[in-house]
Amino acid sequence: MYTEAVMEHFTNPKNVGEIENPDGEGQVGNPTCGDIMKMYIKVEDDQVVDAKFKTFGCGAAIATSSVATEMVKGKTIEEARNITNRQVAEALGGLPGNKMHCSNLAADALHKAIDNYEERKKAREEGTA
Amino acid sequence: MRRIYMDHSATTPVHPRVAAVVNRFMLSDYGNASSVHHFGKVAREALEDARSQVADLIGADSPSELLFTSGGTESDNLAIKGVAYARRDQGRHIITSAIEHQAVLHACDALEAEGFEITKVGVDGQGRLDPEAVRDAIRGDTILISIMLANNEVGTLQPIEEIAAIAKEYDVLVHTDAVQAVGQISVDVEALGVDLMSLSGHKMYGPKGVGALYVRRKTPLQPLQNGGHHERRLRPGTENVAGIAGMGEACLLAKEELAIRNQYLLRLRDRLIDGIMSEIPKVYLNGHPDHRLPNNVNVSIVGIEGESILLSLDMKGIAASSGSACTSGSLEASHCLLAMGLTHEVAHGSVRFTLGRDNRQEDVDEVIRELPAIVERLRAMSPLS
Repeated sequence: MYTEAVMEHFTNPKNVGEIENPDGEGQVGNPTCGDIMKMYIKVEDDQVVDAKFKTFGCGAAIATSSVATEMVKGKTIEEARNITNRQVAEALGGLPGNKMHCSNLAADALHKAIDNYEERKKAREEGTA
Repeated sequence: MRRIYMDHSATTPVHPRVAAVVNRFMLSDYGNASSVHHFGKVAREALEDARSQVADLIGADSPSELLFTSGGTESDNLAIKGVAYARRDQGRHIITSAIEHQAVLHACDALEAEGFEITKVGVDGQGRLDPEAVRDAIRGDTILISIMLANNEVGTLQPIEEIAAIAKEYDVLVHTDAVQAVGQISVDVEALGVDLMSLSGHKMYGPKGVGALYVRRKTPLQPLQNGGHHERRLRPGTENVAGIAGMGEACLLAKEELAIRNQYLLRLRDRLIDGIMSEIPKVYLNGHPDHRLPNNVNVSIVGIEGESILLSLDMKGIAASSGSACTSGSLEASHCLLAMGLTHEVAHGSVRFTLGRDNRQEDVDEVIRELPAIVERLRAMSPLS
């Protein structure tokens, strides 16, 4: 039911783990649907230089987390914001229909991490002003 | 890769003896059991022999108390809706449990939409019903109680005998879905005291697409489809002679080896439970430790999700199943595990291994060897652990 790309990312996921002192972190999902994703980003000069994830979930949840962290590395914050769940699924050659909504949350987790990065940045700027 | 099949509650391999019988009634003795010629007579005989074999396995008074169907789902639907429609002038209330198979739950939902009232009795943390809770649910207009004999997910056995005795006091009919129990444990309809019982061929080394419904003599039942005279007009349609003959052979086989099968599986089951519990931290056994099918192992592995465990096991050649939402086709975790009071996270982390007569001790030992590393890898990825 999964594409080879999904199975590859599930078997050998990229960027698993946490970033110490991340510039942004975001969590999405809920236990009821069985998927929880936590995304960490490191940002330099408004560019995402590192991303890591921790995911509780099915094969699709783990694979989308992995590929999304790969997609976001090297992108500017603005480019990263434009990554959609659909693009993440496409990068994996598609997901089974029932997985498109419940397990395809990696871009949402990423956007939350970016929100968090911008909140921190704003707080810092206000702090120094 | 050597593959290990431990999903026998999903389906079983057809036993070679059964396959030979099915083959014969497809290739050589392929007549329609309603025909008057030789071909028809041979098919009719096979049908009636199979009916006797099924009756014999479940201790039915007479083979005429058995109807052949297309499987467990149809048997459940025919039992529940058939009784509901036949007794609707006596009442509209039906009692079932929260952990039934979807065939039962959704048949009840359909009746509810038609104006029947359904009470779903809950279970304890080990998935067992309290017969007194069933008594408390009985009303003046209760017409049927449908409770499974053995649960398909956690293997918990229900006190059907006590429930049937209570039902009798109130003149309420009792149906039990025994799809997972027959062929695994000794099942006797007289000892149980049930009025209707569902069976499936493919859960006991028979073919898919065939099942049976035991209907005690004089039990009111309205057919759900209209057609010819087959199966006493209660289940019209040309009989699946090959499948039915195969199911008969599977029942004969079960009767022959039930005691040995039971002992053998119990030993493997307990070895697997002990192995998993001692090798992996933070694991819980789901279901009742003693009132349990001899082939069922269901554990919740804290912090990780069922489907990713199944995918990882499958890559090692091990076939199992899970109560996780991701594998059920719905967005919710197993209704059974949730009804037992498990949290969503823990329910999503359930894995079920169901053993069969072809499993060997080496198979069990291989699962015990492979599972800890899989769990460790997935836990390292999880934000919950």
